[in-house]
Amino acid sequence: MKLTEHQVQHVARLARLALTPDELSKYGAQLSAILDAVDALSQVDTSGVPPTSGVDTSELEARLRLGGSTPHLREDVVAGEVGAKAALANAPQVEGSSFAIPKVIE
Amino acid sequence: MPRSDFQVVIGLEVHAQLLTTSKLFSGASTSFGGAPNAHTSIVCLGLPGVLPVLNQQAVELAIRAGLALECTVAERSEWSRKHYFYPDLPKGYQITQYEFPVCLGGRVTFDGADGEKSVRLTRIHMEEDAGKLVHEGSVSLVDLNRAGTPLLEIVSEPDLRSADDAVEYLKSLRDILVWIGVNDGNLEEGSFRCDANVSVMRHGSNTFGTRCELKNLNSFRFIKQAIEIEATRQVEIIESGGKVDQETRLFDPQRAETRSMRSKEDAHDYRYFPDPDLPPLLLSKDRIEGERAKQPELPRARRRRYVEALGLPAYDAGVLTADRAMSEFFERCLAEVGDAKQVSNWFMGELSRLLNESKSTISQVKFTPAQFGAVLKAVKDSVVSGPGAKELFADLFATGKEPSVIIQEKGLAQVNDDGPLLEAIAAAMAESPKNVESYRGGNTKIVGYFVGQVMKKVGGKGNPKRINELLVEKLKG
Repeated sequence: MKLTEHQVQHVARLARLALTPDELSKYGAQLSAILDAVDALSQVDTSGVPPTSGVDTSELEARLRLGGSTPHLREDVVAGEVGAKAALANAPQVEGSSFAIPKVIE
Repeated sequence: MPRSDFQVVIGLEVHAQLLTTSKLFSGASTSFGGAPNAHTSIVCLGLPGVLPVLNQQAVELAIRAGLALECTVAERSEWSRKHYFYPDLPKGYQITQYEFPVCLGGRVTFDGADGEKSVRLTRIHMEEDAGKLVHEGSVSLVDLNRAGTPLLEIVSEPDLRSADDAVEYLKSLRDILVWIGVNDGNLEEGSFRCDANVSVMRHGSNTFGTRCELKNLNSFRFIKQAIEIEATRQVEIIESGGKVDQETRLFDPQRAETRSMRSKEDAHDYRYFPDPDLPPLLLSKDRIEGERAKQPELPRARRRRYVEALGLPAYDAGVLTADRAMSEFFERCLAEVGDAKQVSNWFMGELSRLLNESKSTISQVKFTPAQFGAVLKAVKDSVVSGPGAKELFADLFATGKEPSVIIQEKGLAQVNDDGPLLEAIAAAMAESPKNVESYRGGNTKIVGYFVGQVMKKVGGKGNPKRINELLVEKLKG
């Protein structure tokens, strides 16, 4: 699948990447090759297979059905605050206890 | 064609902050205020290598909201990353639920201008809030205290047909969320926010027009104003042969206009994908049903019950259910007394007045339902007079002392014994033979004068009914 220069430009812009015309064609070709490689997967018949969005949860779901509780949850307590001083330790510019950045206006 | 030939079509997106102590994916506090960036953790700062862990209370509140709004709570929902660059979003993406939200469907019922209406919900999902920007001089200041705060986004179908209905829908939704303890309902502090999707179409048409999304609607008044201004703008465009562009528009209350937010132009390419750091949220049927069994009676149902089963006026029922704490306290007092009208009268009258005067809320009252019951019993048993009961109640409200103690300390007990009353009557008649003659001559109205005299002699503590009875007997001679 050959990406158009316009599509490559758009993706670059969304990622805030400034590409030279040379880079545009270089990365455009690489991106197209990656899509082609992934495209090979579409030859496999996956009808009836639910899309996988992350880890396999079939075991967890089975446990839930047997009365287990939802795993991977955190108790609602305040913990692990680092405070403003540490939060700002690497900030290039600080004002008060805020990060100061070049002005952004709607 | 004038504006009246067009129908406005509105769908609303509400962002309601979940009442948790800590953030959605980290242990940083959600408390409002505080120095900028004081409530931050490595997770909400978006530092490299950190992992989000879901707050179980946020899940609990989302389920509760879903059930109260008649949604289907999903046994499996998923987390996605929504990407955009803005300085209030340190990670460069927001964790939200996209394809598989925690709740689907549902409805919100409210009283519109012409009767009860119901608006369908599309979905409810959880997501994290962004930080806050303050613009000062040549810089913008970033405060990430709010970044990562759990939100519930409640999306309605485009079922609303007027700005007034939109406001009533929002009030009803807010009432429910506050009632079930999911949200504090505070528009000013931004814990209940609303965006409106607005389009117009000719009356009788089945095809919606192109919609615009309105932002910055932070009061009910602004919401109504913004929708009306935007609908008029769109009608004017169509009337002059133009075409409405689908875009995000900012409401400016000072200028009473909506204007395009150009910066959002290519923001719609969010490149969503499942967040690999978070497993799907799995909820067992038992968990969901368990939560359903714990559901409280909701404000509209309770209001109806107060009118239909307890025989209270609709206005009273509305006041008594405006606040859950008030309503629960009313129920407990009712259990002590049994007479809903009587309890309601005290709540609507004396209690409301005292709460207003002391600028306090029902959760701060010092007396118990049993003590309230004791006051009403004292009235019923003629231990205190009507005015005496008000004094007793005011003292109870102020001090929380036992009513029996207050009656003694303040000398509020009525004189019910005939002995002292008869003595006072005899004295009053002796002082005023002329009036006795007048009564006997047929001027029976003069009994009121004697009641007053007798009451004065017993220090205002006589039982007026008994005084009246005894007086009539004696005056007749």
